[in-house]
Amino acid sequence: MLEIQGIAVSQGIAFANAYCLKETDLSYEETQVADVDAELERFNVAVMKTKAELQEIYEIAQEKFGAEKADIFAAHLLVLEDPEMLVAIEAKIRTGVNAEFALDEVSNMFIAMFEGLDNVYMQERVADIRDVSKRVLANLLGVEMVDMNRVASDVIIVAKDLSPSMTAMLDTKYVKGFITDIGGKTSHSAILARTLEIPAVVGTKNATQDIQHGAPIIIDGTNGKIIVNATSEVSRFYLQQQRLHIEEHEELFRYRTLPSLSADGFSVEIAGNIGKPEDVGNVINAGGDGIGLFRTEFIYMERQELPTEEEQFQAYKSVLEKMQGKPTIVRTLDIGGDKHLPYMKLAAEMNPFLGYRAIRISITQQEMFRVQLRALLRASAYGNLKIMFPMIATLDEFKMAKAILLEEKQNLEIGGCPVSETIEVGMMIEIPSAAIIADLFAKEVDFFSIGTNDLIQYTLAADRMNENVSYLYQPYHPAVLRLIKNVIDAAHHQGKWVGMCGEMAADEIALPILLGFGLNEFSMSASSILKARAHIAKLSKQQLMTHNERILLLSTSAEVEEYVKKNLLS
Amino acid sequence: MKKMFKITTPEGLHARPIALLVTAVTPFECAVQLTYKEKSVNLKSIMGVMAQGVAPGSIVEISAEGPDAEKLFQTVTEVIVSKGIGEEC
Repeated sequence: MLEIQGIAVSQGIAFANAYCLKETDLSYEETQVADVDAELERFNVAVMKTKAELQEIYEIAQEKFGAEKADIFAAHLLVLEDPEMLVAIEAKIRTGVNAEFALDEVSNMFIAMFEGLDNVYMQERVADIRDVSKRVLANLLGVEMVDMNRVASDVIIVAKDLSPSMTAMLDTKYVKGFITDIGGKTSHSAILARTLEIPAVVGTKNATQDIQHGAPIIIDGTNGKIIVNATSEVSRFYLQQQRLHIEEHEELFRYRTLPSLSADGFSVEIAGNIGKPEDVGNVINAGGDGIGLFRTEFIYMERQELPTEEEQFQAYKSVLEKMQGKPTIVRTLDIGGDKHLPYMKLAAEMNPFLGYRAIRISITQQEMFRVQLRALLRASAYGNLKIMFPMIATLDEFKMAKAILLEEKQNLEIGGCPVSETIEVGMMIEIPSAAIIADLFAKEVDFFSIGTNDLIQYTLAADRMNENVSYLYQPYHPAVLRLIKNVIDAAHHQGKWVGMCGEMAADEIALPILLGFGLNEFSMSASSILKARAHIAKLSKQQLMTHNERILLLSTSAEVEEYVKKNLLS
Repeated sequence: MKKMFKITTPEGLHARPIALLVTAVTPFECAVQLTYKEKSVNLKSIMGVMAQGVAPGSIVEISAEGPDAEKLFQTVTEVIVSKGIGEEC
C-alpha cells in the first residue's frame, strides 16, 4: 500500500484503476536489414494494427462526441492509407533500412513540407501526421500507446498536467477522478473537476512515477490523499467516508429550493460558473440563482476552426433557455494567457499573462469579437442575458468594447432581428488598475464581477501555476481585501451591483468577509452552491459589517484567517 | 479527361473536404490528379492534397486517365457539389 499526498481541489471519494497518461517511449536504433521482404511484412502488419486501433478510436469518438468531432480520426485513417506516403516508406525499406527508420524519415519529410506551407491551418496538420506515425511506430516497437480516447471502463486519470483541451476530451462516464503532478486549486483540471463534481488531487509532484498504470487506487479529493493498492481495512474506511460524504451532500440538498438569504434577511445571489452549455444542468440541480460566469472559451476549443455565429448562437440560446429567465452572465472570449487556440496561431510570448489576451485580442481582431457579440445579441431574446468583458485595464477598453456591442446591436435591430432591451453590460475586475479606479468604471458599467484568480495573481505578481511562488497566492492578503472592498463600495455608490466569479467566492474563510463587505453575487462551481447557501443562512450581515474596519486593518493573510476563524465562523 | 472546379468552402480545402474527396476517388482503378497553381498531386493522397493548401475561391483541375475515369468524374462532381465543397466551372 502506498499513500500519496497532494492538494485537495475537488471533494469526494472514488475507487477505480489508475489510467496513466504518460508519453510512450518510442526510441529506436537505425539498423540495416538483410531480409527486406520480412521487413516490409513487419511494416504492413504494424499498419494494419494501427488501422484497427484508429477505427476503434473513431467509433468511440463518434459515440462520445458526435460525427463532426470524430472526423479528425477519419482523417487519421486516411493518412495511414495515403498511397504516396506508403509507397515512399516501402521504397525506403527496400534500400535495406529498418521500418522504424523508413517511417520516421518519410513522415519527417511530409512534416517539413507542411511546416513550410504558408497556411497556418495546414502547418497544424503536422500534429495529425505525428500522431499517426507515432502510433505506427509504437506498433512496430511492440509498445502500447496510452490513449485517453479508448477509456471504456471506470478510471482515475493520472497525468503530469491536463491541458484545457485534454480535459475537454475526457469522458465523465468513465473518469471518476484526476490526479496530476503539478497544478494548484485554480488550475484548469481542478476547476473542471469541481464542475464535473468528481474528486481531484493535484500538485502531487510524483504521482505519474509512483502510480502504475492499471493499479487500483482510492482518491480522497476532500483531504488530498491517494491510496494505491489499499489494504481491505483501509478500503473499508474509505467506503465509509464515501458514504458520509454522500450523506452530507443529501443534508445540504434541502437548501436547493430555499432562497439565498443571510440569517438577518439580506438577499444575495448564489450562482454557478460554467464552461460548457451542458454544465447548466449541474447549476440547476444545485438550485443556483443564475449563471455568474459562462466561460465561452470552450466553444472555441476542441475544434479546428473558429465557431460560426450560428453555432455560437445555438450554444448561448440553449443556456439562456435552460436558465428560464434567471440571470446568465456570459463573458466574452478570454483566450491567450494559458489558454490557446491552435488555429489562431498567437505568437509565443515571454509573459503570456501580461500579454496579448482576452479583450486586448477582441478589440484588435474585431471580426471574431463581432461574430461572438452578434450571436449573443441574437440569443438575448431567449432569456436574461448579461454580458461582461474580461481583462479590462483602462476605461477606453471598456468604452470601445461597449461601443462595438452597441453597434452590432443597432445593426441587428435595423435588420429586424429581435434583441433584448434589458441586457446589462459589465466587466470583470481582475486587473489591479481597474480595481483601483473602480469609482470611474462604476459610472460606465451596469455591474462588476471580480475575478479573484487573476486579481490575486496580478496584485501579488505571482504566477498561480508556479509551485515555487504558490505561497504568494493569498486570497486573504490585506491588499486583495482592500481592493475588493474598494470595488464594492465604488459600485454601490453608483447604485451598481458587484459579483465575484473566482474561486474565492466559495471559500469558507472569505465568504463571511465578502458578505460583510456587501458583495451581491457569489458565483462558484455548481458543487459549492448549496454549501455556500447553507453557510450564508447562518451568518448575520449586520453583525459581519461591524468587523469590516478591523479586518481591513489586519496586516497579513494569516492574521485575517485567524480573525475570521475566531470571530466570524462560530 | 479533365474538369475544373471552383472551391467554395470558406476555409478552402481543409482536412474534412479533402477526406471526403480522397475517400470518394480511392476505390477507382484509374490514376487521378489534382492540379493547383501548376502543381499536380495524387488525389488519392490526403497528404499530397493537404500540402497543396488550396485557398478558398480558387480553381483546381482534376484529371483522370483510365477505364473508369468517366464514372470517377460522375462521383467526384457529385461529392463536390452535394457536400458544398465547390462548383463546376
